Amino acid sequence: MIGIIRSLGRWGLSTFERLGRGHLFLVQILAGIPGLFLRFSLVIQQLFSVGVLSVLIIAVSGLFVGMVLSLQGYYVLVDFGAEESLGVMVSLSLVRELGPVVSALLFAGRAGSALTAEVGLMKSTEQLSGMEMMAVDPMRRVIAPRFLAGFISMPLLAAMFSAVGIIGAFLVGHGLLGVDDGAFWSQMQAKTDWYDDILNGVIKSIVFGFVVTWIALYEGYDALPTSEGVGRATTRTVVHSAFAILGLDFVLTALMFGEG
Amino acid sequence: MLQKKSTEITVGMFVAAGIAALFMLAMKVSNLSDFSDEVGYQVIAEFENIGGLKVRSPVTMAGVRVGRVSGISLDSVNYNARVTLSLYSTFDNLPTDTSASIYTAGLLGEQYISLEAGAEEEFLQNGDVVELTQSALVLEQVIGQFLFSKAEGDEE
Repeated sequence: MIGIIRSLGRWGLSTFERLGRGHLFLVQILAGIPGLFLRFSLVIQQLFSVGVLSVLIIAVSGLFVGMVLSLQGYYVLVDFGAEESLGVMVSLSLVRELGPVVSALLFAGRAGSALTAEVGLMKSTEQLSGMEMMAVDPMRRVIAPRFLAGFISMPLLAAMFSAVGIIGAFLVGHGLLGVDDGAFWSQMQAKTDWYDDILNGVIKSIVFGFVVTWIALYEGYDALPTSEGVGRATTRTVVHSAFAILGLDFVLTALMFGEG
Repeated sequence: MLQKKSTEITVGMFVAAGIAALFMLAMKVSNLSDFSDEVGYQVIAEFENIGGLKVRSPVTMAGVRVGRVSGISLDSVNYNARVTLSLYSTFDNLPTDTSASIYTAGLLGEQYISLEAGAEEEFLQNGDVVELTQSALVLEQVIGQFLFSKAEGDEE
């Protein structure tokens, strides 16, 4: 009995300790960001590996998600004679929910896991300690540029996802299912609001970008310096990011669209 | 150096593509392009019942969109709904005896305000009140009235 309580206590303590270290880590990252604007080439390098290399998977998934939404939505809407509303349905579901959420999940899988593995390997091969020996702060030189790059790329990727998805939905809706293209676009424009729908979606993706890169970098930085530890940290990044994205999505949706 | 240059170019293209996607969402998908002619004038109309009218519902005249509903509030004196209509400045020649009615687009569609021009020589100005209004048709009331009159008819 005492053993169970003790293990519960140990679990609680270690969880809070990790949480606390994570927040201290975040403070250190944020402190390192202002200095980056003097050496922006570091960020550009990371933007390439975090952002540009994720474009393909984001664009392809966006296209297919849009196409499937269009197909599925059509079969429901056509029963009510409302297939012209296909554009509204697709644009609202993409811009409000699927764009930010699915692209953040893909981003966690594609870029987040890579960041964790990279930083974790740097730690286990003692490159980070080596930098400290040379009086180079690894927080500023390694972690902060990656964080800023993830933070910048996420909203851009989510916007691309939504835009490509809507184009995919239009291709299927107009080309395959024969929905009138004028009604498709005009209903979409009438019902999709720039502030309420699109900007809130952008805010969501900014929050997700922040959280995913934070989790990824922290897991890498905090990984046990063994090959097994790096592997486990990578898994944890993907799992924790997915939980964080879906949980935060609920909270943000309730805040933004709650009283709508 | 060459490597770095190509990295910078691709990152530039990435950022440009992201901004272009956002721009496409703004212009092509949302109604942001409607806001360009936002600078119009506002008139107020009081209704006994606005049904399901919402802020941002369209205001039309002869089916042409001339503005939108920008505010709904309750008049605390006579308990009517005060609806603020934002009309585009291009339609500044509406007579003062213009009437406003709330209609439904289709049987189950959204509700909108339809304006009908009167015959006065003077035009509505910013802050004016539309006097002639017709409330929304509430389906439950109509059905209730119908049943009531039918029951009355049976008694006779």
